[in-house]
Amino acid sequence: MTQGAVTTNSAAPIPRGRKQPARKLPVKQLLGLAGIVGFLLLWELIPRVGLVEPRFLPPASEVIAALITDFGLAAFWVAVGETMLAWAIGLVMAIVLAVVLGFIIGSSMFLRKFTNSTVEFLRPIPSVALIPLAVLLFGVKIESTLMLVVYASFWQVFIQVLYGVADVDNVAMQTAKSYGLGTMARVRHVVFPTALPYLMTGIRLAASVALILAITAELVIGSPGLGREIALAQAGGAISGMYALVLATGLIGVVINLVMRFIERKTLSWHSSIRSEVIV
Amino acid sequence: MRFLKTLGYVLALPLILVAIWWASTLGETNFFVPTPALLAEAFAETWFGERIVSDVLPSIGRLVVGVVSAIIIGIVAGLLIGSIKWLRDLTEPVLEFFRAIPPPVLVPVLMLLMGITDGMKVAVIISGCVWPVLLNTIEGVRAIDGVLSDSAHTYGIHGWARIKYLVLPSAGPQIMAGIRQCLSIGLILMVISEMFASSSGLGFTIVQFQRSFAIPQMWSGIVVLGLIGVALSFIFQWTERRVLRWYHGLREVENAV
Repeated sequence: MTQGAVTTNSAAPIPRGRKQPARKLPVKQLLGLAGIVGFLLLWELIPRVGLVEPRFLPPASEVIAALITDFGLAAFWVAVGETMLAWAIGLVMAIVLAVVLGFIIGSSMFLRKFTNSTVEFLRPIPSVALIPLAVLLFGVKIESTLMLVVYASFWQVFIQVLYGVADVDNVAMQTAKSYGLGTMARVRHVVFPTALPYLMTGIRLAASVALILAITAELVIGSPGLGREIALAQAGGAISGMYALVLATGLIGVVINLVMRFIERKTLSWHSSIRSEVIV
Repeated sequence: MRFLKTLGYVLALPLILVAIWWASTLGETNFFVPTPALLAEAFAETWFGERIVSDVLPSIGRLVVGVVSAIIIGIVAGLLIGSIKWLRDLTEPVLEFFRAIPPPVLVPVLMLLMGITDGMKVAVIISGCVWPVLLNTIEGVRAIDGVLSDSAHTYGIHGWARIKYLVLPSAGPQIMAGIRQCLSIGLILMVISEMFASSSGLGFTIVQFQRSFAIPQMWSGIVVLGLIGVALSFIFQWTERRVLRWYHGLREVENAV
């Protein structure tokens, strides 16, 4: 019942999440900054002192310089663009597919039981196992990357949607029924709000999985993007260039995480327990 | 009767799918998709022989060593970082960054640093698997119930006893969630490290089949990986039920109310 009532508010988000950043102590940020600086210093020192050969692990300053040079190169941004394109298309395809199938299968007890064994078999198949198949089918193109990205991120969202749809409150559902809401209205006002937190968690997980798979596909298959640039840099002996690209992928990962967290907070600002869903 | 019904649910869809696959490959001779019979034959031929000793077992061995070390490192470091506040603040941004790096990217890096050895493959697996366990353990330790923590303090429960009876159980569900993610990442990394740089192992063999256009064999390799994945997931579910029995029991009671 409460969830049905909450739904009407979901269209107009309540700006309550803004208060939080002000409460944090600056000590925390300072310590975090110190951690980063300390890590970079350590990285700078290890090759300089000679613990590891600088040929294999260039000092931090050199790598960061290479990264900054990269930022000025068109080729770098083209590679980033290709990776992000594969990431975005693959993620959207996976989400749409997973949401549609998840809601259909999730709302029927029969379908859930019927598909369970197949889902449990297909889900743990590592998507990289499909690399040889992707290469055969599509060759060294973005389609190969997409196939892996969609397969891997589909399950993240799909399973979350299944859990979310199963979590629907019985009383809320019965209430909606007795008020004469049709199937579509029930999905829109009862099932969807219940499943939304689960869905957002799934999307957040899928976003990072999709990035991993996009870059992996490029790295192993050689389809265009950052991953291929890393493989090329390594093969060509441009070691600091390779480390710079690895840093760049990490930065992209951080940005994606932050954006996803932000979207999650915005869409679920009405929901009382954003965090508790992640634990289960 | 109940049993038959359950069996029906488990087997129905797979049987239908195999039947469709069988029927659709019956007439034509699509080069890329082998018939079920051909695949089964290739599977038996390829994997029940020398290969299981020379390729499958070493791969699984590296996977197990890597994943187990990652879990141990993750839990120990997670307990440490989770319970010391300044350490957590100090390391948080760096850890977030490392987690955000897609693990396969580290394959070329570790190849450079360690050469193409078994150690490097294990290191690749550890370097990718440790993050979900570590970060989930930190979160779990942080989320310990304040009242419980205070009670333990009042009763003078410290050190190992505190970890064993308070910290580990209350962080348990989250640690297990981390381990679940860690397993699938580990399998992915095992395959990638072998596809990239190896002369043996499952990943290497599958790529080899693909390059020599041995399509049924390649498919059978994909099936082997699938079976390993399924086995891992079953082992995990079984272990999780045992480790977190109290937790699932508690949730059932809570949900029933």
